[in-house]
Amino acid sequence: MTAALIQLTLRAGIGDIAQRVLARERLSRDDGARLYRADLHAVGALANHVRERMHGDLAYFNVNQHVNYTNVCNKLCRFCAFQRLPGQEGAYVMRPEEVAAKIRACQDEPVTEVHMVAGIYPKLPYEYYLDILRAVKSERPAIHVKAFTMIELMQIARRAKKPLAEVLPELRAAGLDSCPGGGAEVFSDRVHKLGYDNKNTGDEWLATARTVHQAGLRSNCTMLHGHIETLEERVDHLDRLRLLQDETGGFQTYIPLSFHPKNTEWSHLPGPTAMDELREIAVARLVLDNIDHVKAYWIMLSIPVAQLALSFGADDVDGTVVEEKIYHEAGATTPQGVLRAELVQWIRDAGRVPVERDTLYNVLWSADESLAQAGHAAPVMA
Amino acid sequence: MLRVDRLDTPSGRLPQSWSAPLASTVQTEPLHSDLARIAGKVEDGQRVSAEEALLLHERADLLTLGRLADGVRARLHPEGLVTYIVDRNLNPTNVCIADCGFCAFYRAPGDAEAYVLSRAEIYAKVQELADIGGKQLLMQGGHHPRVLSPWWCELIADLCERFPSINSHALSASELDHFAQYERRPLEEILRDLVEAGLGSVPGAGAEILVERVRKIIAPKKTPTDRWLDVHRKVHEAGLRSSATMMFGHVETAAERIEHLMRLRELQDETGGFTAFACWTCQPDGVPDEHLYPEKVTPAVYLRMQALSRIVLDNIVNMQTSYVTQGMKMGQVTLRTGCNDFGGTMLEENVVSAAGCFHLESVQTIERMITTAGFTPRQRNSWYGISDTRHNGVEHPASPREAAVHRGAPADLTHLDAYRRPSEVRA
Repeated sequence: MTAALIQLTLRAGIGDIAQRVLARERLSRDDGARLYRADLHAVGALANHVRERMHGDLAYFNVNQHVNYTNVCNKLCRFCAFQRLPGQEGAYVMRPEEVAAKIRACQDEPVTEVHMVAGIYPKLPYEYYLDILRAVKSERPAIHVKAFTMIELMQIARRAKKPLAEVLPELRAAGLDSCPGGGAEVFSDRVHKLGYDNKNTGDEWLATARTVHQAGLRSNCTMLHGHIETLEERVDHLDRLRLLQDETGGFQTYIPLSFHPKNTEWSHLPGPTAMDELREIAVARLVLDNIDHVKAYWIMLSIPVAQLALSFGADDVDGTVVEEKIYHEAGATTPQGVLRAELVQWIRDAGRVPVERDTLYNVLWSADESLAQAGHAAPVMA
Repeated sequence: MLRVDRLDTPSGRLPQSWSAPLASTVQTEPLHSDLARIAGKVEDGQRVSAEEALLLHERADLLTLGRLADGVRARLHPEGLVTYIVDRNLNPTNVCIADCGFCAFYRAPGDAEAYVLSRAEIYAKVQELADIGGKQLLMQGGHHPRVLSPWWCELIADLCERFPSINSHALSASELDHFAQYERRPLEEILRDLVEAGLGSVPGAGAEILVERVRKIIAPKKTPTDRWLDVHRKVHEAGLRSSATMMFGHVETAAERIEHLMRLRELQDETGGFTAFACWTCQPDGVPDEHLYPEKVTPAVYLRMQALSRIVLDNIVNMQTSYVTQGMKMGQVTLRTGCNDFGGTMLEENVVSAAGCFHLESVQTIERMITTAGFTPRQRNSWYGISDTRHNGVEHPASPREAAVHRGAPADLTHLDAYRRPSEVRA
């Protein structure tokens, strides 16, 4: 098996990288840049090797619900189709009762996680954030609340007039269980200036994530790719995530996010293609040697690409997603919501073993109990 | 807690009976040595047997299938071109007496929605194609009991006169067979009339699965397997080229999928008349016999079949993607899993869209998909000659006559040289 892999990678000019991967050595930034340019079949096969070494055939999903509590935002990021200005047509802010109603609406669904992110509306007081967390938990105490991207956490701390390290315990007491990975965009200062200069910088994102991890909360991490960033800037982004992970170990999952140009200020850009998306998954799996999971966020990628991604390095596809607003504003065409059974089927058709997990990767249901046992932590081979 | 795997599918129909092999099992012995041996054959350009094809179908992983098919594509098309054609669909009538239960397009004679397009309507549609420099008019109707070959001959002749730069790529094998039966005339005669009228090539539709057990379930009134193949044989003998297709993901077994490919490969060895192959998945949502069909196969299964077809059909030069059923994203990916052709622009597509599945795409999008996949996009004609102003060489073949192949061609690939572009012909 490894002989075939070495031959394939040699032909693609990345035989030396394959040797390092097989020896479990860390890849350099230069290796990362080469992986972005080498033949896709070879890069994919190498990433698949690592994926199967870590996870075998297991492919994780969860049953989750999204709540975007406001679309009002003052950051004016050029890649975003979701944001509205206060008073603009279509602008909304959910009252805590409305958030509770969203949770109540899915009371009969086997939802284990609520993913709650939104825009930055500076008028919302600190208490509001605590109230929406409490609203969720009072409606459904057992649900895992994964909420607030780093920029939201920075805003919450600003409104609380306290350091984030002091705010986090209060958010946890109100119901926060972990943090999502969105909003990292691309860490490069150059891209930051051109695309989202009102938003936190890369350094601020990483510092906030460090504080979150130090407070004992897990988070995910992301990169928004396929707009104006260079391949070197992508490698830099991955490397900086890897360094923070060395330090805190707090990232559970890396999720590459594809830029969707429709209805954004960058609508003239083409956005990434399916092949770009597969490569992004593969390079991430190879470079991020210290992050357990790489997610192919199916609602953004489409089902065909998510299925293939499970052989290009990804081991997770996100969840059933009861309500998802941000990507649909930008023209994602995946049908909103999907039956759990459908998800299970297309994972199987991709040659993988579907495993339902909770947010912290405890196995809830497994298509093969001999490979992943319900009630136990997801088996990850180092 | 309710954690059982529910049987209910999104459509409420039965799930697919076939299940994909676990991807990582390709590394286990002795499967790995078997697959490595077959992979070696494919890489060396040797033909795989039906048994080997079945083993690949049942046990190989997606990456291996895709990579092997990509190698076959690279060998047959080393110049890195990906072709497509500016064409439109036209369905002159939707009246059909074949009553296929998987078809949402047809209407019975006398139905309120039954139609036969007038000449004026047809001209208006073809004019739209001519206005954008289109090359091909894909015409298929139903099996109308009175709209027979004389009607079609007249139509095709009129179109040739009005639109000389547009090729009539028309009449699937089952329609041709329908004419022969209703007119009680030999097919050879009907074909001779049609060729004389100006028919330029024949589409490969209606093949479904070329196995009688399957056809008796899904299309009992349609042309049987041997006859379908014989119609194509006679089409090739009449000096026309045709394409070949496969509709899978319904009631067929894995072995029957392979048998389908084998039947096509045998005929191609004999005549060399197929220009291209395309497969697509059954789209059973909302069709008359919906209850007979299982849940739609998912895209990964399509990709496996498409890649395997490229590996098995070593004597059909061109492999077309099916973005109409699979979407643009999958269309692009297939360019690295065996396909070298993006199909047509399909200005109008009625049959698949009647079944609720439609991905219409512009020339610009198609070109971008091809370019960003690392290939050079080129427009082609119905015979896979490059007809693109950006092309340096001559357009060849540029007519049915130039593309024609004759019976008794040798089985090895040199017989393909006759219709490959000059740059492709091996010394």
